[in-house]
Amino acid sequence: MRTYNRFKQLSLGGIWLWLIVFALLPNLMVIAASFMARGEGEFLAFAFSVASYRRMLDPLYLGVLSSSLYWAALTTLLCLLVGYPFAYLLTRMPKRLRPLLLLLVIIPFWTSSLVRTYAMVIILKTKGVLNQLLLGLGVIDQPLELLYTDTAVIIGLVYALLPFMVLPVYASLEKLDPRLIEAARDLGARKIRIFLEIILPLTLPGIIAGSMLVFLPGLGCFYISDMLGGAKSLLVGNLIRDQFLSARDWPLGAAASVLLTLLMGLLLWAYYLSARRAGRGGLP
Amino acid sequence: MSEFVIELNNVSKSYGGHEVLCNIDLQVQRGEFLTLLGPSGCGKTTILRLLAGFEAPTGGAITIAGRDMATLMPEERQVNTVFQSYALFPHLTVFDNVAFGPRMKGVNGQDLKERVLEALRTVKLEDFADRKPNQLSGGQQQRVAMARAVVNQPLVLLLDESLSALDYKLRKAMQVELKQLQRRLGITFIFVTHDQEEALSMSDRVVVMNAGRIEQIGTPREIYETPKNLFVARFVGEINVLPGKIMVANACRYAIELYGKLITLESTRPFAVGAAVSVLVRPEDLRIWREGEGSAEETANLFPAVIEEVIYKGSTVDMLIRLDSGELLSTAQFFNEEDPACAELDFRRGERVYVDWVHNWEVILPHADV
Repeated sequence: MRTYNRFKQLSLGGIWLWLIVFALLPNLMVIAASFMARGEGEFLAFAFSVASYRRMLDPLYLGVLSSSLYWAALTTLLCLLVGYPFAYLLTRMPKRLRPLLLLLVIIPFWTSSLVRTYAMVIILKTKGVLNQLLLGLGVIDQPLELLYTDTAVIIGLVYALLPFMVLPVYASLEKLDPRLIEAARDLGARKIRIFLEIILPLTLPGIIAGSMLVFLPGLGCFYISDMLGGAKSLLVGNLIRDQFLSARDWPLGAAASVLLTLLMGLLLWAYYLSARRAGRGGLP
Repeated sequence: MSEFVIELNNVSKSYGGHEVLCNIDLQVQRGEFLTLLGPSGCGKTTILRLLAGFEAPTGGAITIAGRDMATLMPEERQVNTVFQSYALFPHLTVFDNVAFGPRMKGVNGQDLKERVLEALRTVKLEDFADRKPNQLSGGQQQRVAMARAVVNQPLVLLLDESLSALDYKLRKAMQVELKQLQRRLGITFIFVTHDQEEALSMSDRVVVMNAGRIEQIGTPREIYETPKNLFVARFVGEINVLPGKIMVANACRYAIELYGKLITLESTRPFAVGAAVSVLVRPEDLRIWREGEGSAEETANLFPAVIEEVIYKGSTVDMLIRLDSGELLSTAQFFNEEDPACAELDFRRGERVYVDWVHNWEVILPHADV
């Protein structure tokens, strides 16, 4: 009993220590930095200032923020349109095959997403795999100009984030009681009505969870827009990175980072509320 | 129009070579309360799923109200199902659950509202229209499932073990409610259960099934009192099986040797002299005589036994008694104020008793059935 308590204290203490050192402290430091001024010799001057937040209200930065939101939203929508039918087909597969197919969805995660994005460059470039294939098949006469366009960024984002949509949607579809579908058919509902009135509302928590998992990282994936968009399209993630690494304006980068975190927090809160409403009927 | 609302002709169903239903012939009358009774895996739920249209038969034909069902999807059939786990839509209110069926058929507005509330009134749940299913008790959910089915005014209502999730007392109450509802609505009910008591107390007719076949179809009384074979006898209530041999046959009267005694019994079944038979007696038909009761002449035809166990049940006293020949019988004795011997029923374990039964209340079956 005593050794067990010892073990419990040690492991819990370790987790706490980890979270404090690597999550809480850095975040506090970012928040603190966002309220400081830019230093002359050092990166930061220890004086309280909200100048960085005021500068974030500049139309230039607001534009970056809103275009980031737009790209992330578009990515989420496309992931949903591709991922939902994908997950649905997975649940219709024979039970034996499903773990294998899920594994195939997950395997790309074992490679660094940076490496996978390089692979996308090879596929999408003018003399890349995709153009060679389409030219060879005679679908097109001229190679498509894909790389370093917005289309390439979207393709890259959807490719990188699709599994985050598939997995939660699959989980909620799998949980769906097949008797409910039978009950709906028994009551005279045809396929489209069953989908719209039974399947869709009951898998809404999975859709929302997947959307969060795609949307939030979608806001910050700076390297994808760097590598596939030729750094032409500036996202919040790019802005933050640039302020810290190139422009050396830490307070502004920190302020952008805090705003992004707040936005994510807000969305998570909205998710919590909607999941509570959608999940298994309202609370008594 | 045929007098039968449902007809199954030679229906078979197998899954991957494994036969779950074998040549089922069944006719169901309009307004009948029919129960499919059998152990789990006997195929009773499969019949229900074939009628609902969730499965297609591998052979034979199903006719509902004179129409062949072969090409009709579940959503096109005039039958509704009350599922075992109710399968209420968790994201919809009670009202919307009940409204689902009529809405699919294009009913809406005031018309829809009236029909749904009427159905909810039928099951006494009109005050719960705005609740979600998870805010209801098991019995209330069961009633919502009923309302959701009957609101469509189906020709036939299929009930799949619909009461088995409820506790004993509620189940009893729902049995009565269900029977009354069926009488009031005049809809044909096909009820599936493995509970013989439920089957006997609610049905107009009972279909006893085993291993994909129908063993017997009859009124609850026929099933209980004149089982066609040992499976039915054993499945529908408890029964004692006494092995005997036909010694003398005279028209319908037979002298049967039982544990060295010659007993004369009647049966409409033909038996040859020398045939081995089983004499079946229900526990409550056995009579127990105590030592010293009756004259020596009377006790000559009684079987001596010793009481092994006495179980007080409230309305009866049940006993396990061991015949001197080694057979273990179970009996159920009712309290009877008019008979001093039965007023107290203070039997003791190890007590010596004599047993017989009310002759002609037994069932005689050929021994091969055992």
